[in-house]
Amino acid sequence: PAFGLFIFTIARDPLRIIILIAGAFFWLVSLLLSSLIWFIAVKASDPQDERLQKGLLIFGVMFSVLLQEAFRFLYYKLLRKAIEGLVALSEDGCSPISIQQMAYVAGVGFGLMSGAFSMINLLADALGPGTVGIHGDSQLYFLTSAFMTMVLIFLHTFWGILFFHGCEHRRWWEIAAVIIMHLTVSGSSFCNPLYVGSLVPSYLLMAAAAAWAYLLSGGSAQNLRRFLLCKC
Amino acid sequence: MITFMNNSDSEEEPCNERTSLMSAESPPVPSYQDGLQASEAGEAQPHRKRRAGSSHGPNNIAGGEMSGSGVPVRESALENEEEELTLKYGAKHVIMLFVPVTLCMIVVVATIKSVRFYTEKNGQLIYTPFSEDTPSVGQRLLNSVLNTIIMISVIIVMTVFLVLLYKYRCYKFIHGWLILSSLMLLFLFTYIYLGEVLKTYNVAMDYPTLFIVIWNFGAVGMICIHWKGPLQLQQAYLIMISALMALVFIKYLPEWSAWVILGAISIYDLMAVLCPKGPLRMLVETAQERNEPIFPALIYSSAMMWTVGMAKPVTAARGQSQQTWDAAEDGREHLRSPSHAESQMSETRSPVPTRPVTSLEELEEEERGVKLGLGDFIFYSVLVGKAAATASGDWNTTLACFVAILIGLCLTLLLLAVFKKALPALPISITFGLIFYFSTDNLVRPFMDTLASHQLYI
Repeated sequence: PAFGLFIFTIARDPLRIIILIAGAFFWLVSLLLSSLIWFIAVKASDPQDERLQKGLLIFGVMFSVLLQEAFRFLYYKLLRKAIEGLVALSEDGCSPISIQQMAYVAGVGFGLMSGAFSMINLLADALGPGTVGIHGDSQLYFLTSAFMTMVLIFLHTFWGILFFHGCEHRRWWEIAAVIIMHLTVSGSSFCNPLYVGSLVPSYLLMAAAAAWAYLLSGGSAQNLRRFLLCKC
Repeated sequence: MITFMNNSDSEEEPCNERTSLMSAESPPVPSYQDGLQASEAGEAQPHRKRRAGSSHGPNNIAGGEMSGSGVPVRESALENEEEELTLKYGAKHVIMLFVPVTLCMIVVVATIKSVRFYTEKNGQLIYTPFSEDTPSVGQRLLNSVLNTIIMISVIIVMTVFLVLLYKYRCYKFIHGWLILSSLMLLFLFTYIYLGEVLKTYNVAMDYPTLFIVIWNFGAVGMICIHWKGPLQLQQAYLIMISALMALVFIKYLPEWSAWVILGAISIYDLMAVLCPKGPLRMLVETAQERNEPIFPALIYSSAMMWTVGMAKPVTAARGQSQQTWDAAEDGREHLRSPSHAESQMSETRSPVPTRPVTSLEELEEEERGVKLGLGDFIFYSVLVGKAAATASGDWNTTLACFVAILIGLCLTLLLLAVFKKALPALPISITFGLIFYFSTDNLVRPFMDTLASHQLYI
C-alpha cells in the first residue's frame, strides 16, 4: 500500500520525489545516530547480563524514537527554508508546493524508509527455505510483521502531517501528541509475540491519527461522504 | 561531471570516460560538467592483455572515464531569467538524473545478488597488482593503498593523454579509440554477461542464437551511441554499458582496494575539475573555447537534444545561444566524474567517437538538460554493488548507500545550479555513500538485527 501511495501521489512531481528521498535520508541519519548510541551502550556494558541487555534495548528503542522526532523537526525547519527559496524563484510568487503537501511527502519518506529497513531483510529471507520460527516462535511472524510495518508506515505519514501542522501553528500539544503516540506504538511492540497487545492499539492509534490528519488537511465528513458516493 | 546542457558549446566533446575495462587505458576523465565531458574513453582495450595472454580475467575494463560535464549556462544577457529557469527546471533535471542512476544501480544489484560469477574472485586486474591475501592487516592495507596509487596514476596518465590529444586536435585518434572501446564493451562484456546469466538460470541457448542476439545488440548499440538514435534507446545503452563496467570492476577489484580507490577517485575528481590546471577542467575549457561538444559516447544526457547532424564547431556567433546537443549523446552533467581510465585494464584506449555535435542549431524548443559523465554512473554503481555483494547486513546497507548516493547527487545538482559551472559529481555522493556504508554495516546492522529478533519496532 505504501508503495501504491508513492506511485499515485508522488511519482508525478519531481519536487515531491526529492522531498521524499530527503525525508528518507533524514530518517536514516536518525537511525544511524541512535544505533551508534545503542552500540556504545552495549559495548560499555556487560554482555552476559540478559536483563541489562533487554533494558538497554528498550532504552535504545525509546531513544531512537525521540531522535526520529527530533529529525522530523529538523527536516521541517529545512523545508520551511526551502519553501521560501521556492517562492522567491517561482514566477507568480507562490510556491509550487504547499507545506501540507511537503508534510505528507516527508511523512511518506520517513515511513517508507523505516518500513523498508524493518521488512526487507525479512522478505529476502522469505525467499529462501522456510525455516522461520522453527525454534518455536510464533507462526504468524511474517503476517504480523507485514501488518505492523504497514501500520507503521501509515502512522509515519500521518505523524508527518500532524507534526508539520503543529509546528506551523505553534501548537505544542500537537507535537507532544505525536511524540507520545510514537512512543506508545513502539512500546506496544514490546508486547510481541503477544500480538494482540501490539497490533490492536497500533491500528486504533492509526485510525485516530488518520482522522485527525484528514480533518487538519481540510477534509470533513461531508467531503468524505461525497467522495464515497462518487458525487462530483 | 555534471553540466548543464544549456550552453553546451563545449559540451560537444563528450569524452565520457567510460570506465571501460578495455585493455585500452583510457585516462579517466573526470566528469566534466560543462562542456568538457571529456570522459576519458577509458576504454582500455584488452587487446594487449589478451595478446599477452595475460592470465587476468578477460574483463578488460575499458575505463571510460565518465565525465559528467555540465554545460555552464553562458547566457549573460538573460542571466536572471536563465537563473530562474535553471532553478525551475532544477527539480525536473534532478529526477531526470535520478532515474538512470537508479536503473543502473538496480541492474547492478540484481546481477550481483543473483549471478554468482561476479562475486567470485578470479584474479585481478593488471592495474592492481598487489594481492590482498596477505595475513596481516597492515600488509593488506599497504597493498590496497599501493593498488590505489597505481590505479589513480594510470587514470591520471590517461586523462592527461586524452586532454593532450584533444588539445592538439587529434580527433581521429580519439574517435577511433572510443569506437574501439565501446566495441569491445558492447560485444565482449555483453557476451560474458549473457553467458553468466544464462548459466545461473540454467537456460540453454545455442551459439547461432547467441551470435544473432549479441550481434544485434552490439550493432544497434554502436549506432545509437556514436551516431544518431532515439534518445531513450541511447540512454538505455549507456546505462547498460555503465552497469557492465561497474560489474567488471566489482569483480576484479580486491576488497579494500575498491574502497580506497573509490575514496581516492573522488578526491582526484574534485581536484581535476576544480583546480585551474586540472586536466578535466582544461578539457572542458578547451571544448568550450572551440565550441565543440564533448564526445557523446562518454556522457549521458538527460534532455532531448535535437540531433542535427554532423558535429560542427560552434561558431562564436552562437556563443550566446543554447547549444543543443545530441541529447542522446551527452548525458552530461556538470558533475564530472573522473572518468578514470578504468581502462586501466587495457592498454589501448579507444577514443570515443565524438558524437556529431548537433547542438549548433538553435532550437526553438530547447530542452535544457543536465549531463552526467558515464564514469559517475559507473562509480556509483560500483559502490552500491560492492555494498550489495560484501555487506553482511545485506539489503539494509544497500538501501542506505542508495539513498546516500541520491542525496549526494541532489546536493551536487543544487551546487551546480548555484555555481553554474562544471562540477565534480563524485565527491559528495561517494563520501556520503562510503560513510553510510561503513556505519550501516557496523552500527545499524546489529541494532536492527536485535530489534528484528525481538520483533520490536522503532
